[in-house]
Amino acid sequence: MRRTAIIVYTASGEKQLQTPNVLEMRGICKSFPGVRALHDVSFTLRSGEVHALMGENGAGKSTLIKVMTGVYEKDSGQITVEGKAMHFRSPQDAQAFGVGTVYQEISLCHNLTVAENMFIGRGRYAFVDWKGMREKTARLLDSLGIPARPTQQLSSCSLAVQQMIAIARAIDMDCRILILDEPTSSLDEDEVRKLFSLMRELKSRGVGIVFVTHFLDQVYEISDRITVLRNGEFIGDYDASSLPQLELVSKMMGKALDDVSQIKKREVPALEGGAPVFEAQGLSSAAGVRPFDFAIRKGEVNGFTGLLGSGRSESVRAIYAADKVTGGEIKVHGRKARIGEPIQAMKLGIGYLPEDRKGDGIIAELSVRDNIILALQVMKGFFKPFSRKEAESFADEYIERLNIKTASTSTPIKSLSGGNQQKVILARWLLTHPEYLILDEPTRGIDVGTKVEIQKLVLKLAEEGVSVTFISSEIEEMLRTCSRLIVMKDRAIVGELSGESLTERDVLHVIAGGGE
Amino acid sequence: MNTIKRKETISNSNLLFAIAAVIFALMYGFAVLRYPRSFLQYQTFFDLFNLNAPLIILTLGLSIVMIGGGIDISVGAVTGLVTMCCAVFLESGRGSVGGSMLLALGIGLAFGLLQGFLIAYLEIQPFIITLAGMFLANGLLTTIHKDPLNVTMAEFVRLRDYSMVVPWLGTTNRLGNFIPLEVKPGTFVAALLIAALAVLMHWSRFGRNLYAVGGNSQSSLMLGINVRRTKFSSYALCGLLSGVAGFVFIMTTGAGNVGNASGFEMKAIAGSIIGGTMLSGGVGNLIGSPVGALTLLTINELIRAAGVNSNFQAIVSGLLLCVFIVLQSLVMWLRGAGGFKLALPAWLAPGGKGGRAG
Repeated sequence: MRRTAIIVYTASGEKQLQTPNVLEMRGICKSFPGVRALHDVSFTLRSGEVHALMGENGAGKSTLIKVMTGVYEKDSGQITVEGKAMHFRSPQDAQAFGVGTVYQEISLCHNLTVAENMFIGRGRYAFVDWKGMREKTARLLDSLGIPARPTQQLSSCSLAVQQMIAIARAIDMDCRILILDEPTSSLDEDEVRKLFSLMRELKSRGVGIVFVTHFLDQVYEISDRITVLRNGEFIGDYDASSLPQLELVSKMMGKALDDVSQIKKREVPALEGGAPVFEAQGLSSAAGVRPFDFAIRKGEVNGFTGLLGSGRSESVRAIYAADKVTGGEIKVHGRKARIGEPIQAMKLGIGYLPEDRKGDGIIAELSVRDNIILALQVMKGFFKPFSRKEAESFADEYIERLNIKTASTSTPIKSLSGGNQQKVILARWLLTHPEYLILDEPTRGIDVGTKVEIQKLVLKLAEEGVSVTFISSEIEEMLRTCSRLIVMKDRAIVGELSGESLTERDVLHVIAGGGE
Repeated sequence: MNTIKRKETISNSNLLFAIAAVIFALMYGFAVLRYPRSFLQYQTFFDLFNLNAPLIILTLGLSIVMIGGGIDISVGAVTGLVTMCCAVFLESGRGSVGGSMLLALGIGLAFGLLQGFLIAYLEIQPFIITLAGMFLANGLLTTIHKDPLNVTMAEFVRLRDYSMVVPWLGTTNRLGNFIPLEVKPGTFVAALLIAALAVLMHWSRFGRNLYAVGGNSQSSLMLGINVRRTKFSSYALCGLLSGVAGFVFIMTTGAGNVGNASGFEMKAIAGSIIGGTMLSGGVGNLIGSPVGALTLLTINELIRAAGVNSNFQAIVSGLLLCVFIVLQSLVMWLRGAGGFKLALPAWLAPGGKGGRAG
């Protein structure tokens, strides 16, 4: 339809066919209070291509997209659309210019009908033509084979159908740039096929498509080019055909640089007492993790690894019942147990340091002392409070033991650095003397020194007989500390690795789908 | 199969409206059976409008704001202020009925615009802003004039005393005299507004955008709706309706008074909720809201007819409101309101900053 091509004569006089860049972003920077979300990021989109935007969680993909569509204002950088410098101030602006977006969190209104969702925010007239709207929607749904009726309330459609409706809306706007942020996450295989054939069709009409997904196979199936972001920085853009999957994964994950040669991981310990400390069979949770088996021995350090969305956090959250457990059996020391909510896990000697320190870990306004005694206090019951003296001595003990840098025990935890906050949360759990400690990303966002301290502490605890499950997005860190690595992909366990000579490459191989 | 079909075709707004309508019909039916002498009279039914038109108009305004996901608790105080300003203006010797109408609309609109600006563009909590508006209006009211002020201007008195007589709907009283039905102008204003606003909310782009904003303002923004302007307009409209209500109030009572329309904001909120508007926004029906207000008023009439202590009015109204809210959430829950939650499972939470890795 709008296919344009520029013929470029190179120095040697050869004729080259180039598709023009429909979108160019240069040197994009964007910060939020306390977070640098994007730093000097570039992105180019040609018309008639599918361009995958890849990166781990927090890499800045969603932020980049929101800058593209005018949801966020960039701090600096240039955006040109079809050669013209553009500045979208709002999603309306972008929409009017032919940028259609399907956001990761489906941005439709559940309280309206399917037809309204298709057309709202697009009308030019003061009044709504219900009949025309319904007819047009019916035709569109029909042509795309979406099983929904125009008069249906959106909330009564399945997630997959909602996703398709959002895509249909974007397509109907006759856009030049189509941004699909995780469009396939709620679709089944058949629907993904349908979406892909639709994408190919749009491609042939000259639409430039930005495709964000965590499913590597899908990237290679549909994309022409790939841009990789990591920690808000631009890593590079590549032709999909010239970037092997393994390389892509390592580019997304990056390498840790810290020197920690002195850390020596333990062997998988022998089974003591005939049964593992904790054992799960067919455990699954409402957060969407597929039923999995898992066991950990006394004094063992193991870890879950995998990309974002692989289900590594969800698995440990299921163990601790932080998400609603939907099935499976649990044995503690060989005896059947039931964990329906975190307090039951705590009483069985399980501690859980959550991934989101700010949201789930610290109580920002409370003092270091109160944060430390919190878990023990919960187990004891709130109506039997510790005396000031007891609390003070607990706090002093762990501040010294973990080398927590704080002005006093009464300092509010929010004024501590991230690393020290993390140590306080660790102290909170150590105080309950857990048999099994789950640490989800304990080293994220803290300085290298503290990282090493925490890794050492993990190994020391294991020596003392505590079982530890350790999760980190830095594979090297896990290789150093864990004697057994459980690899996850698409919310299921795809492999288990152990052994002294394990390398990052082995892990990436399993993640990238190479299997054994 | 049948249930699925129904579930898909009737929207939440309409369902809650249907519940409200049924309950009102049951209530009024009960009243007619129990106290036929009073409730069988057409006059009793129309008096619900004649005497309560201001409240019904306020209910409309509040429903609009609530559908947009907001709240406006200044409406009662603004209405009171309008009545007093009109009274003072009409009694000043230089006033005119037309002028006082403009004054009423102007005051209401001014409050609406100011509050709407602060809420929509400066993103301040609507509750706080309209609470401040309420205090402001109350303060202005007592500053302007403390004592009851009866309007004696001839032109206005004629308007106040005017009522349309409908001879064919009258009733014969105990003495055998025929009394024709009287309908006050306020009733017409209310009826007109109900019709106009119902059309506005169902067929206009503004109305539909407001439903979207109330349902999910973040999504609405992404869908290309000017969320701020939509919110702003809803408060402006609500303010304007407070002005109308104020004028209708003084047109009915003929006096400015410090206590005029006090507490109406809460009655209007209650009426809206009983009429099927959800406080969480995005769901509601502009015909349901007056029905909700009428339900409340009928209860009061019933209690009055029963000769019970008037304290019971408040108690019964409170209980009813409670029952309604429970009923609403029950209905929503039964309809699988799980769909109102965030569309994606938690493990796919936004990939940008602050999201959870998995």
